[in-house]
Amino acid sequence: MDFREMIARRAALEINDGQIINLGFGMPMAVANYIPAGVNVILQSENGCLNFGPTPKIGEQDADIANAGGQPITLLPGAAIFDLATSFTIIRGGHVDMTILGALEVDQEGNLANWALPIAPGKYSPGMGGAMDLVAGSRKVVAVLQHNNKKGASKILRKCKLPLTGYGVINVIITDKAVFNITKNGLVLKEIISGLSVENIVNMTEAKFIVAEDLCEYRLNF
Amino acid sequence: MNKIMDLNQVMEKVHDGATIMIGGFLGIGSPLKCIEKLVEKKVKDLTVIAVVNSYPGGNFDLALLFKNKQIKKFITAHSGTCPEALELFKNGELEIEYFPMGSWIEKIRAGGAGLGGVLTPIGNNTLVEEGKEKIIIKGKEFLLELPLKAEFAFIKGYRADRLGNVEYRGVSLNSNPVLATAADFTVAEVNEIVEVGSIMPERVGTPSVFVNAVVQGNSLKKQQDIITDLWVSNGRLIQ
Repeated sequence: MDFREMIARRAALEINDGQIINLGFGMPMAVANYIPAGVNVILQSENGCLNFGPTPKIGEQDADIANAGGQPITLLPGAAIFDLATSFTIIRGGHVDMTILGALEVDQEGNLANWALPIAPGKYSPGMGGAMDLVAGSRKVVAVLQHNNKKGASKILRKCKLPLTGYGVINVIITDKAVFNITKNGLVLKEIISGLSVENIVNMTEAKFIVAEDLCEYRLNF
Repeated sequence: MNKIMDLNQVMEKVHDGATIMIGGFLGIGSPLKCIEKLVEKKVKDLTVIAVVNSYPGGNFDLALLFKNKQIKKFITAHSGTCPEALELFKNGELEIEYFPMGSWIEKIRAGGAGLGGVLTPIGNNTLVEEGKEKIIIKGKEFLLELPLKAEFAFIKGYRADRLGNVEYRGVSLNSNPVLATAADFTVAEVNEIVEVGSIMPERVGTPSVFVNAVVQGNSLKKQQDIITDLWVSNGRLIQ
């Protein structure tokens, strides 16, 4: 199983029945494929709809029905469509239960960086899109990312280096190696992937964390 | 009253250095014919206000204006989908001003609604707060985001009548109804121009009062073909 699928399967376990959920670009989008049976959620897309369904088959697409990535979706019975002002009234106004967002970096204070890569002095790409609104307005924020970058350096930091998307906004961090909660006592290690020890996680993580009393093996939804 | 205009007539008004709002979200609900005409007319040094950039991969929609180097400044929430814009930005040939998407749309809503600005908590303690006034309300810190207006708004609807009433279709309304309110001259590109009375009053998404010109865009059939080709070539539909 590749790391994307693993993270998506684990993130799907954060979802509870009846919730309004917004899934960010990239890895989070795949979470929709692994929502546990019997759990019914309403997916919100920031370009302006509630209750969308899976990708259509060829012939069933509609050029006016797409998600926030510009890609085709279907609308489920009970779907609703609205403009961007209403969409961000939903998001910023605290009407979304949970958002799952990809991250470039996170830190032990619950800070999230996911919008700004410096491409020239003082110039950032790609832009925050709806992410700043989502992390501020959602009741629960789940950040997903690879534990380490290609050079092996930790992406779970003591303090984010990149420009922030939100300050102290993360509730749960899910990587390909571990799951952490952010609590008032700091970062708490909750789950470890099979085959790794706490010591392994300490060695691959820059951030300081404490180990949960109920530490368990990384859960996957099959 | 008849607001139906030929697109060439409309373009006579657009000049170098103009500030232009363009509706749509990654090519969905975008005024494709108007963009093509702007490219053809080669107006330059434009300030373009659009919520995001082109459909991922470029060479379509807004990307055509960047490719033609017609845009000097881009006011948006996200620009990472357009390679042409990224290249210009890197080389210092394009200025980009980012706003969080919810703030971006509210700035324009404020512009259209005659408000002095909006107070939002979004962007506090981030780069977004730079240069902005902070106002404390009941102990909580808010940023003052100022209204945003433009000389022109090019929006995309499904149907319109000669009075300028616009009906939208699907998720394509996105930024369009808000942009329509905030420009000196709003141009509605639609799939179909219909008789007055054909659009049920409760189906009017943008009331005629906000619209200065109605122009014929691609037919719905043609639009379906253009977008379907894009999705098929990017492997986005299930076989």
